[in-house]
Amino acid sequence: MSIEVSSLAPGLLAETPVARVSVLPAKARLSLRARGSAAPIAAALGLGLPDRIGRRAAAGAIEAIRLGPDEWTVLAPAEDAARLIAACAALATSHPHSLVDISGREVTLLIEGSKAAELLTLGCPRDIATIPPGEGRRTLFDGATVVLWRDAEDRFHLDVWNSFASHIAQLLETGCKELAAEPA
Amino acid sequence: MLLIHCPYCDETLPEAEFTYAGEAHVFRPADPSSQTDDQWEGFLFIRANVRGPHYERWRHLHGCGRFFNAVRDTVSDRFLTTYRAGEPRPALATLTEEPK
Ligand SMILES: [Zn+2]
Repeated sequence: MSIEVSSLAPGLLAETPVARVSVLPAKARLSLRARGSAAPIAAALGLGLPDRIGRRAAAGAIEAIRLGPDEWTVLAPAEDAARLIAACAALATSHPHSLVDISGREVTLLIEGSKAAELLTLGCPRDIATIPPGEGRRTLFDGATVVLWRDAEDRFHLDVWNSFASHIAQLLETGCKELAAEPA
Repeated sequence: MLLIHCPYCDETLPEAEFTYAGEAHVFRPADPSSQTDDQWEGFLFIRANVRGPHYERWRHLHGCGRFFNAVRDTVSDRFLTTYRAGEPRPALATLTEEPK
């Protein structure tokens, strides 16, 4: 099968009894960079920004993950993006930072099922077990930088840049079939 | 595969997430135009090429994105320590006694 670059449509990609991969509908994605105390920005966004790399924080439908010492990604419903950017723009002089809308850059895959973690080992060199449920990490998946969110023991989100998405999607699809073909 | 400790993430992770970035503690002269050609050549091109413990830069590219420093034995390929950029160079004696 072939998937066009930049146009991975929401829907099911692969499903077997042990793993299921689908493309999630688009969300607003904001990249936040800030030094010093993040408290004023957290207040403007309306959620506590996590203090350790890999931790997540959520308030309603808005969720943030810390990716680096001065970097967070904020996920929000598309209709909230403009409001969040405006709220933070008011802090531009008192608390210099950068908040950039990167919604169009990535596509999010949902990976779930009893062998979801094993499926990820196909492209991920790090030990998946070191990512506790409720956290996430920026890492590597078969050569592409990805953000892996572990929502539960057997459910993950994977943010993939559009230009790598068709490659990653096809690899996961092949992996699903391989895992399903393994004798139990 | 090598496992490397990122001092920012505070996790020990596979080498594939990292990129090597050359010798550490090489400072760009504050006033390049005051340098002789030999001095400038030294800054740009001349490196220690150590056999043994080597102070070097790494970047956690597929992770937190940060540059940091490491001491790696170029013979055994073992990392003696890693530390954040800007921190002083750890003395070798403290590292070879009890590697982290
Ligand atoms: Zn790191």
